[in-house]
Amino acid sequence: MALEAQGLYLPEFEHDNCGAGFICSLKGERSNDIIHKALEILVRLKHRGAVNADGKTGDGAGILIDIPHSFYKSKVSFEIPERGEYAMANVFLPQKENQREFCENTLVSELEAQGLEVLGWRTTPVDTSVLGEIAKQSEPFVRQLFVGRPKDMDERTFEIKRYIARKKAEHTIWNSRLSESKIFYIPSFSTKVVIYKGLLIPEDISAYYLDLQDPECVTRLALVHQRFSTNTFPTWDLAQPFRFICHNGEINTLRGNVGRMRSREDLLKSDWFDEEIKAIIPIIIPGKSDSASLDMVVELLLMTGRTLPEVMMMLVPEAWEKNESMDADKKAFYEYNSCLMEPWDGPASIPFTDGVYIGAVLDRNGLRPSRYSVTKDGYVIMSSEIGVVDIETENIESHGRLEPGKMFLVDMEAGRIVGDEEVKKEIVSKHPYKQWVDEQLTHLKDIEYGACEVHQPSANLETRAKFFGYTREDISRIILPMAENGAEPIGSMGSDTPIAVLSERPQLLYNYFKQLFAQVTNPPLDGIREEMITDISLTLGRDYNLFEIDEKQCHKLKIQNPVISKEDLEKIRRHEDNGGFETATLDILYPVKEGVNGLEKALEKLVKDAAEAIDNGVSIIILSDRKVDSENAAIPALLACSYVNHGLGRLQRRSLVSLIIESAEPREVHHFSLLFGYGASAVNPYLVNELITAQALNEGFSYEDTEKAIKNYNKAVGKGILKVMNKVGISTLNSYRGSQIFECIGLNSVVVRKYFPITPTRIEGIGLMEIEKEIALRHDKAFTAAETPADLDLEVGGEYRWRRNGEQHAFDPISVATLQKAVRLNEPKTYKEYAKRINEQSKRLLTIRGLLEFTNYDPIPLDEVEPWTEIVKRFKTGAMSYGSISKEAHENLAIAMNRIGGKSNSGEGGEETIRFYKTEDGDWRNSAIKQVASGRFGVTSNYLTNAKEIQIKMAQGAKPGEGGQLPGPKVNPDIAKTRNSTPYVGLISPPPHHDIYSIEDLSQLIYDLKSANREARINVKLVSEIGVGTIAAGVSKANADVILISGYDGGTGASPLTSLKHAGLPWELGVAEAQQTLVMNNLRSRIVLECDGQLKTGRDVAIACLLGAEEFGFATAPLVASGCIMMRVCHLNTCPVGIATQNPELRKKFKGQPEHVVNYMYFVAQELREIMAELGFRTIDEMVGQVQKLERSNVLDHYKTRGLDLSPILKVIDTPEGVSIRNTEKQVDETTDAIDFEILSKAHPALYRKEKTQLEFPISNTNRAVGAIISNEISKIYGADGLPDNTLRVVFNGFAGQSFGAFSTKGLTLVVNGATNDYLGKGLSGARLVVRVPNGSSFESHKNVITGNVCLYGATTGEAYINGLAGERFCVRNSGAKAVVEGIGDHGCEYMTGGVAVILGKVGRNFGAGMSGGLAYVYDPDKTFKAGVKNPDLNLLAVETEEDQKELFTLVENHYNLTMSPLAEKLLTNWEKEVGNFVKVFPEEYRQALIRIAEENQTTSN
Amino acid sequence: MGKTTGFLEFKRKTEGYLPVEERTKNYKEFTQPLKEEELKEQGARCMNCGIPFCHSGCPLGNLIPDFNDAVYEGNWEKASQVLHSTNNFPEFTGRLCPAPCEEACVLGINEDPVSIENIEKNIVETAFANGYLQAMPPKTRTGKKVAIIGSGPSGLAAAQQLNRAGHEVTVFERDEKVGGLLRFGIPDFKLEKTIIDRRIALLEEEGIQFKTGAHVGVNIDANEIKENHDAVVLCGGATVRRGLPIEGADLKGVVQAMDFLPQNNRRVSNLEINGETITAEGKDVIVIGGGDTGSDCIGTSRRQGAKSIQNFEIMPMATKDRPENQPWPFWPMRLRESTSHKEGVDRHFSIMTKRFLGNDQGELVGLETVEVSWEYKEGRMQLVEREGSSKTWDCNLALLALGFTGSENTLAESFGLTFDNRGNIAAEETDYKTNVSGVFAAGDQRRGQSLIVWAISEGRQAAHHVDKYLMGESHLPLKGDGDLPRV
Repeated sequence: MALEAQGLYLPEFEHDNCGAGFICSLKGERSNDIIHKALEILVRLKHRGAVNADGKTGDGAGILIDIPHSFYKSKVSFEIPERGEYAMANVFLPQKENQREFCENTLVSELEAQGLEVLGWRTTPVDTSVLGEIAKQSEPFVRQLFVGRPKDMDERTFEIKRYIARKKAEHTIWNSRLSESKIFYIPSFSTKVVIYKGLLIPEDISAYYLDLQDPECVTRLALVHQRFSTNTFPTWDLAQPFRFICHNGEINTLRGNVGRMRSREDLLKSDWFDEEIKAIIPIIIPGKSDSASLDMVVELLLMTGRTLPEVMMMLVPEAWEKNESMDADKKAFYEYNSCLMEPWDGPASIPFTDGVYIGAVLDRNGLRPSRYSVTKDGYVIMSSEIGVVDIETENIESHGRLEPGKMFLVDMEAGRIVGDEEVKKEIVSKHPYKQWVDEQLTHLKDIEYGACEVHQPSANLETRAKFFGYTREDISRIILPMAENGAEPIGSMGSDTPIAVLSERPQLLYNYFKQLFAQVTNPPLDGIREEMITDISLTLGRDYNLFEIDEKQCHKLKIQNPVISKEDLEKIRRHEDNGGFETATLDILYPVKEGVNGLEKALEKLVKDAAEAIDNGVSIIILSDRKVDSENAAIPALLACSYVNHGLGRLQRRSLVSLIIESAEPREVHHFSLLFGYGASAVNPYLVNELITAQALNEGFSYEDTEKAIKNYNKAVGKGILKVMNKVGISTLNSYRGSQIFECIGLNSVVVRKYFPITPTRIEGIGLMEIEKEIALRHDKAFTAAETPADLDLEVGGEYRWRRNGEQHAFDPISVATLQKAVRLNEPKTYKEYAKRINEQSKRLLTIRGLLEFTNYDPIPLDEVEPWTEIVKRFKTGAMSYGSISKEAHENLAIAMNRIGGKSNSGEGGEETIRFYKTEDGDWRNSAIKQVASGRFGVTSNYLTNAKEIQIKMAQGAKPGEGGQLPGPKVNPDIAKTRNSTPYVGLISPPPHHDIYSIEDLSQLIYDLKSANREARINVKLVSEIGVGTIAAGVSKANADVILISGYDGGTGASPLTSLKHAGLPWELGVAEAQQTLVMNNLRSRIVLECDGQLKTGRDVAIACLLGAEEFGFATAPLVASGCIMMRVCHLNTCPVGIATQNPELRKKFKGQPEHVVNYMYFVAQELREIMAELGFRTIDEMVGQVQKLERSNVLDHYKTRGLDLSPILKVIDTPEGVSIRNTEKQVDETTDAIDFEILSKAHPALYRKEKTQLEFPISNTNRAVGAIISNEISKIYGADGLPDNTLRVVFNGFAGQSFGAFSTKGLTLVVNGATNDYLGKGLSGARLVVRVPNGSSFESHKNVITGNVCLYGATTGEAYINGLAGERFCVRNSGAKAVVEGIGDHGCEYMTGGVAVILGKVGRNFGAGMSGGLAYVYDPDKTFKAGVKNPDLNLLAVETEEDQKELFTLVENHYNLTMSPLAEKLLTNWEKEVGNFVKVFPEEYRQALIRIAEENQTTSN
Repeated sequence: MGKTTGFLEFKRKTEGYLPVEERTKNYKEFTQPLKEEELKEQGARCMNCGIPFCHSGCPLGNLIPDFNDAVYEGNWEKASQVLHSTNNFPEFTGRLCPAPCEEACVLGINEDPVSIENIEKNIVETAFANGYLQAMPPKTRTGKKVAIIGSGPSGLAAAQQLNRAGHEVTVFERDEKVGGLLRFGIPDFKLEKTIIDRRIALLEEEGIQFKTGAHVGVNIDANEIKENHDAVVLCGGATVRRGLPIEGADLKGVVQAMDFLPQNNRRVSNLEINGETITAEGKDVIVIGGGDTGSDCIGTSRRQGAKSIQNFEIMPMATKDRPENQPWPFWPMRLRESTSHKEGVDRHFSIMTKRFLGNDQGELVGLETVEVSWEYKEGRMQLVEREGSSKTWDCNLALLALGFTGSENTLAESFGLTFDNRGNIAAEETDYKTNVSGVFAAGDQRRGQSLIVWAISEGRQAAHHVDKYLMGESHLPLKGDGDLPRV
C-alpha cells in the first residue's frame, strides 16, 4: 500500500537502487537449475538490498525466464499452440473476486476487440505464508493468461495488438473507481518470456511462486533483480525486472525525459497503429518509478521497429560528444539520435532482454558495477558482483566487465556473445546518418554575423537595471568577476539572509526556487575532471514523429553554449541566414497599471500567440523583455518561459518549437539554470551584455576586449550550469533542459500548479498577486519615482556582505558584537541581548523558525530540568577541517567540546596523531567525530580507530552536490602530513564519494567503517531538500546510527555563490520531513537524528528538538565566539583574526579560548533549559518530536508571509502503539559474523607477540571489508605504526566481497587466489594486498578482469599487486599506496595525490584527470598511451633516472614474486628493452612541489 | 574588490601636521595631506569585510568599504558619489568626527584601523578640487514649504535633503552667518570657515534660502513661521551650558568656553564682537572639562599666548587601550590626545574644583581643588573626595567646558512644545515629530549634545519623515537598521 503524501512527505521522491544480474546458456540448454542459480545470485547480493521494519518484506525482487512451454502445457486444461504461437501474460489482479472479474473481463474483451484469441486463464500457484506483513497488505491475486496468435497475423502485428489491448485495459481499469484497481498490473505479456516478481526477499521468490520450484519449469536464460528502496512503501508492480529491462541505478533526468516524451506523443503517427495510436497515450504511466518509465519508453521504441540494442543506444548513449577517436558513423548515429531523444541519464546498469537478445548496457559515467563470467560449459553470468555463482576454477573461460557506455550482448539464437563494436557497427550503418547530419544540422558558429539591426533600448541603462533589480553588488561581485575570469565567483561562510519569501525586499522570482542535488541515491558528477562525459550543447528546432527514421529529424540548429550574445541572437533571428528556421519574437510584457489582471492576461495571450506562431510555421520562439518601458513591466522571464513551455504542451504543440529567452533578468548561474530547467533552449542576457559593455567603455577597453569579456561571462555561466547539472548527477544539458529539478519555497500551490505544474511547493507562500506587487514596486522605483539627487544610481546591495539598507543578516554587527562580549566577559545578560536579537523576529524576519512560537505551556520549576552539563553532551561543533581553519582554531574547539563532554568534528582533513592523546593538563585535542568525506584525506585505520563517531559527509549545506579544493600553496607541510599528502600539491575533494553512487554503496561504506571501528557511531550527513525524508529512511535501513540533517545555510570555506544561496533548504523542512518519514516507516527508533545549520540560540535548539532532532551542531556561532567576525574571506587565506588562515602571521592573531566556546554552549543550554521548564520537559528525551508544542506565530503580518502554511512542518504523525518517535534502540551489528573474527582468533601470536603467522581461509563475495576489523584491533594496540611488515599473512581462496582490504594496516599481507569486487584496498593504511589468478585456471591474466571499480580509493600507504585487469577509477585519490596492475578502465589515477601506480597494460579514457601528485608508470609497447591523455598538467616522460628505473623494477619484480604473473615475467626477462616501453606520468604540480621541498630541506640543513 | 592582502602590506598612515611652533602662530588648519599613492594604499588596507562594522559604527551609515575600494581603484569621483550618498557634509566629519567607525574597524581588533576619516576628508577635498561637486537642484518642485530653524550641521543636512525632495526650504539662523557651532564653536585651526562657505554656496545654488539674524521666537514670530510653511524642523541645538555652581563662580575670569571660543572665531573671521574681550594672553589658564570643547579651549588659549595651561577632568585618567568591558567594536572611553593637547597642556584627572579664589576686584586669581575617586556604593558609582588632597592653583582664566544640558526654552515656548526628561525637545527617532503637528525636531535639540556626525544623521533621518509627512511617502534615503549600541 503506497503511502499518501502527508506532512512534508511526497511519495514521488522515493528512490531505489539494487542488485541485478542474469545468467544464460549459450548452448540454448534449458534447465530449471538456471532459475536457481539466478536466484542464488540475488541471495548472494542480499547485502545490496534492504529489509523493512517487519524484518521480512524486501523492497521487491523478481526473475524473468523463457516461457516454460512444456511446463505450462502440462499445467493448463486448455489447448495451447506451439512455442511462439501464443503470448502469455502474468497478471496481478485484485484479491476481491468481483473486482478481479471486472479486470479479467476488461482485459479479455480488449484482447478480443483486437481480434486476438484468448485461450484461457491459469491461477499462478503461490505460497502466501512466506510474505511479510507489509507485503501481505498489498498482495495481488496472480493469474496467467494465454492468448493465441491468429493464423494470418504476423508477429509484429500480434505484438502491437497486444500492446494496444493491454494499454486500453490498463486505462479502463485504472480509471475505474474500483478500490483495488491500482493492484491491476501485467508484469509480462510476451511470446517469449515470463516474469515472476513481488515484494519478496530473494530467498522467497521461488518459495512464493511454486512454479519456479518445479523441475519441469525450464529456461535458457534468467534475468533477476532486487530493489533497495529508500523507504518502506514499495509496491508489487514496481518490483523488477520490467517487461524488457531491469535497472540498477537511478535515472536522474527522469522528469525532463517524461515531459519531453509527453510532448512527443503529440506527433506520434504510424500505419501500424492508425487511429489506435491514441490508445497507447500516455506512453509513460504517471507515478511509476524511473526504471518503470524507462521500460515503457523502451517498449514504445520497439514498436517503431527499432531493435532492442538500437533502442538502448538511443536512450543510454555513450559519451560521444567529445570522443575524438570514435568512428564517424557511430558519432553521426548518436548525433542524429540526440535530435530525437535526450539521454536517459543516471547511474545505470541496465540488463535487458527480449527473449532473443539478452545483454546489458552501462551509462556513460560507468557508475554501476557490472561483471560477467563466461564458463567453458557455455554459461554467461552477469551481475553487479563477481562470485555470485559458484564456478569451478577450471571451468572459467573468462571474466569481464561492462565498460562505460558499452553494451554487452548475447544472441540466444546464435548462441554467442556479440561484441560492443560489432553490434553497434551493424546498427549505425543501417542509415546514412553521417550524410543526414552533415546536410541537415546547422551550427550557430557557422552562421556569418552580417550587419544586423541595432535594437534601441526603451529607457536608459540605469533605469532598466533598477527595474530588473540590479545592485552594485550584483555588478561588482557577480557580473564583472565572471566577465574578467570566465568563472563563477567564490564566497565563503554560510548564508544568513532570509529566504525570498521572508525577505522584505522585492525579490526576483528565481529566488523562490531551490536547486535539488544528488545525495546518497545517486552521485553528483565532476564536470571539470570528467569533462569528456559532459556536454552543454543543444539543438533547436521542431521535433518529428518517432516512428519515422529519416533525415528531417536532424534538421536542427545546434548551439555549443546556449548562453548567447546579442549578436548570436540576431543571427538566429535572421531567417535568411540561419538555415531556414522561422523565428518569432514575442514580448513578455504587461501593462503595469493593469496590475495582476494585466499580468495574467498577458501570460494567457503569450501562450495563444506562441501557438499561433507555431501554426504559421515558426519553429523558434524568442521571448523578449527588451521593450520594457514606463508603461510596460516585464513578466518574469522564468514565469513566461515555464508557462509557454507547459501551455504549448497542453495545446499539443510543444514539440514543434524551441524557446529562446532574451531577457534583462538573468545574471546569476542559478537564473540561467532555472530557465533551461523550465524549457529554454538558449538565453541571451542582454542587459548583462550592456552592463559589461558600459563598464568596458568606462575603463577604455577595446571592442575586442569587450567582446571577450562577454564571452567570458557566457562561458562562466555555461560552466556554472554544468555544475548545477552535475549536482543532480546529470551530464548533458540536453537531458537537463525542461527537467525542472527544483523545489519552490514560498510560492503558493495555485501559482505553482498553474505555471510550474510539476514543481513541488510544500509550505505555500505568495501568489501571482504578490509576485506582481514585487514587480510593480521595482517598476515604480525605476520608472516613476523621482530620483533624489545624490542617491546612488543602483542600490548598494547587501546580499553577500552586510549593508544597513541591504538584506537582513542574522549575524550583523550587533549580534556578533554582543555574542563576543557575552562569552568573553561571561555575561549572561549580554548573551540574552544577543539571543534576543536573533530570536525576536517580529520586526525582522530571518528564518522559518522565526514564524513559529511555543504553545501548550506547562511550566515546571527550572531545577527539575536536567542540568546543562547533561544537555551539552548532545552538542557538537561543525565539521571544519584543519586546513580550512587554523590549527589554533581547530584545537580550540576540540578542547572546549572535550571539556564539556560534547563532540567536535575533525572535518575532512585528518588529524595529527599526537592529538589522540591527552595533554598533561588534562585537555584533549582529539576530535570525537572523525569525518570521512569524498577526498578521504587523512582517513586511516588509526584515525578511524580514534573516533567516537565517524561521519560520512554526503553533502554540505553550503554547497551540496559539490566537491572542494585546497589549492597547493595552502597545503603546508603540517597540513600535508595530517592529510597524508605531499606538501604544496593541491588537494581535490571530488563531488561524489567514489564508493557511493547509490544507497547500497552507502550501506557498504557504513559496513566498512563499522568494521574499522566497532565502537564508533556512524553518522551520515545529509542536506535538507525535498525527499530528504525518504533518503533518511534509506540511510536508516543502510544501518547508520546517526543521521544529520544540515540546513542549506551552513558554512563553508569556499563555495560558488550560486550554491551558497540557491541549493538546499532550511533545516526546519528537512528535520521535520526526516522525522515524519522515519516515524511513518517505523525506522526512527533505530537512529539518532541530528540537526545543524545556523543554530545560534537555545530557542533554535528547542525548535529543532520539537521538530524531531535530538543532537545539535553549531559551527558559525562557536567560531564567532572564538573571534570570527564573518569576514567571509575563508577562501582567500587572509582571515584577519587567525581562524580561516594558514598564514603564520595571521594565525598569531587568534585570540579565542576554549572558555569562550564553553561559555557559549553553557548559555545556549541554559536558554534551552528555561524553555524546557516553561514547556514542561524535564529532559531532552521527553522533548524530541513533541511538535504539538509549536504553532504558527501571528505576530508578524507582512504581505509576503501571510500566505505561508507551516502546517506540513507541524504535522503530527499518527503513530501506532510501539512506534517510537526518538532513538530508543541500537542498529543491528552486521559485522558479528565477519571472517575477521575467525582470523583474529587464530592470530594471537601475530597480534600480541609480533610472531610471523600465516593463515588460510575460503572466501566468497559475501565476505566484505575483510581486514578492516583486524586492522582496527592492531591500531588499538600499536597506533599508526601497526605491526612489522608481513607479520600476519592471510591467504583467501575464492571471490572476495567488496572492500577487500579496506583500511588494512601495516603488518598485514592479504592474498586472494581468485578475484575481488569493487573497492579493493579502500583507505589502505599500510597492508600489502595481493590478488592473483588461482592455480588451475587457463586464461591469460592480463586479459582477465580480476578486480572491480574504484580500487585503492583514498589509500594512504601500503602495496597492492593485482594479477589482472581492474575496472574504472583505479587508484582514485590514492595518496601513498604503491600498486601494480595489468590494465585498468577509464578515469585511472583520478585525483591521485601521491603513491605509485604501475600499469602493465591498457588504460581507459581520461587517465590522470585531476591527478596532482604521485607517479604512474604505464607499459605502452605500441605507443598509444600518450595520445589518450587529456590532462595538460601531466608530464609524460621516459623512465630514465636510475632511481625511477630501480623503483619500477622493484615493483614489477614484487609483482612477479607475489603473483607469478607471466606478463611480469616476460617484462623482467627483457628488462633492458622493456623499460623503454614504459611512460612515466609525472604531474607538473608534483614536480614543482618536489623542487620546493628539496629547496626547503636544503635551507633547513644549511 | 579592494586589495585582498592590502592590510598585510601597508601600515596605517594619516596626514601629518605642521610643527607645533609653526602652527600655533595662527588659526589656520595645519594638516599636511598624504600623496595620492599613499591614500590609495590606505584604501587598500580596507578588507571589504563580510560584516563591515565600521558601516555600523558610523552613525550616518557611511558606505565605508565601498568608498575605500573606489579610492584604492583611484576612482575619486565614484568614491565621492558613494560618500555623498550617505553624508551631506563629509568635509565636516572628515575633519571633526572622533571616528567611531575606526573604533569599529575590524582591522582595529589587532592592528591599527583603516584611516577611514582621513580617506573621507581626502575624497571630499579631491571632489571639490576637481569640480565633481556641483549643485544638484531637484528636477521637480512639490510646492511645499519647509522652515528649518538653526543652521548647524543637522539643520543644513535636513535642509539639503528636503530641498532634494523638491520642497522649498528656508533656513532661519539667529546669528549673522550660518553654520551654528561649526562656525562659532569649532576653532578655525580645526575647520576653516571657508570650508563652510564653500558648501553653503552649493546649497544656495540648489535653491535653499538662508535667513540670518532671524531669531525665531525673538525677532520672528513662531506662528508666522508655522503659518507660512507646511512643516517646521527645529535644529536649534543643545545650547544650555552646564555651569559650575561653586563658590566664586561669578568672579571675573570664570568664563564659559562657549563665550570664549565664539568670540575668538568672530575675531578670526573679522566679525563684530559683542561684550567684553576675553583672552588668554599672558594668563594662567585652567580649562575645566576634559572633552573636545576643553581641548578647543586649550588650542585657542595656546594661540592667544597663554602663560600656562592646565586641564582638569573629574573622571579618572582612562587607559590608552580599550577597557575590557568596552570591547571592540563598541565605542570605548579611552584616553585620547588631540592636536591641541599635543601643543602643550598639563592634564589632571580625578580632580574636582572646590572653589574659585578671587581678589578684591572680584577677579579670579586661583582655584582650589581636591582629588577624587569613584566608588561603587549603594548601587551606584559615587564620588569620594580624598582627604588631605586639597590644593590651590594660580589661575586668571578658568574656562568651563562642562558640556550642555539641553535645549533653550525660546523655541519650545513659542511653538508650544514639550521637553523630555533630559531637557531636550521631545520627539522620537521613529518619526522626529514633536507634540505639535507639522513641527519636527532633530539634532542636538532633540537628542541632546552629541557629535556632528549624529547631527547630520538626525537631519537626514528627520528629512525623510518630514517628506513623508508632507507627501504621504518619501524616497529620501534612511540610513537603515544597524547602529551599534553604546555601552
